[in-house]
Amino acid sequence: MRVKIFISFKDGVLDPQGKAVERSLHSLGYQEVRDVRMGKYMEIELEASSRQAAEARVREMCDKLLANPVIEDYRFEIQE
Amino acid sequence: MRWGVIVFPGSCDDHDVYDCLKRVLKQKVEFLWHKDSLNRNVDCVVLPGGFSYGDYLRCGAMGRFSPIMRDVIEFAGRGGLVLGVCNGFQTLCEAGLLPGALVRNSSLQFVCRPVHLRVEETDTPFTCAAKKGQLLDLPVKHGEGCYYADDVTLKRLQKNRQVVLRYVDAKGRPAPAANPNGSIDNIAGVCNEGRNVFGLMPHPEDACEKILGSEDGLKIFSSVIAACGKGEKRAWHG
Repeated sequence: MRVKIFISFKDGVLDPQGKAVERSLHSLGYQEVRDVRMGKYMEIELEASSRQAAEARVREMCDKLLANPVIEDYRFEIQE
Repeated sequence: MRWGVIVFPGSCDDHDVYDCLKRVLKQKVEFLWHKDSLNRNVDCVVLPGGFSYGDYLRCGAMGRFSPIMRDVIEFAGRGGLVLGVCNGFQTLCEAGLLPGALVRNSSLQFVCRPVHLRVEETDTPFTCAAKKGQLLDLPVKHGEGCYYADDVTLKRLQKNRQVVLRYVDAKGRPAPAANPNGSIDNIAGVCNEGRNVFGLMPHPEDACEKILGSEDGLKIFSSVIAACGKGEKRAWHG
């Protein structure tokens, strides 16, 4: 199975990179842009007996290593 | 007393800490390879600055799972003294030994300069030789030193007096301009509830001789030596 993992900052955590990108977009004329937030995107290949089993494993990986629950939220999509 | 300095792949201030302890302070000190187990005779473990595992994913995120960290967590749980500097501070936060996290500097720039710090608490083994409110000049050198904790955690830190060092201006005021990285509440260093684990972004080992511009870093190491020498270590063991 192919899993796509999206990690983003929690609300309230400063994201100066997002702010810098937002300013850049504004200076290029994209004035309509608001609230740019940077994040991380990962794809992993994984063997699992079922979708449920894969979900449990990926959640564990995210909680343990891939995301820091103090500052980050995550979500993922599983493609069979 | 005996010191241990952990060497992670990518540590680069391990030798600075070792030199400060061995040559300047005449201490018994040894390097501890991250894949080894913790030497039980060590009184204080130092996690040095650097870029463990290249700082990939997040600073300290992978160093936190080095084999020796299991022993460090157990050692800290028994009241052992653990000091984390810069990348070591980030690793202790990732390991859950200290609250909060360190994120990208609000300026997005790597900062490398001396800063003024105010000692907020002296009832820790890492600051007991300092005076409350005393100013220390230490250098910072980091790209991801912006301390973050959510509101609940921050209130708990303040209530338990776990904020040990704050960035201040020359007059000792925690002004926004004195904050080199955007840290919440100008926090430069925090301890755990048991007060035996301490992390800070500035580098005391790089301010241990006049020729380096400041000797104020010795306050941190001499506090630990004093705390252990007086047998106060037991008190920190709870």
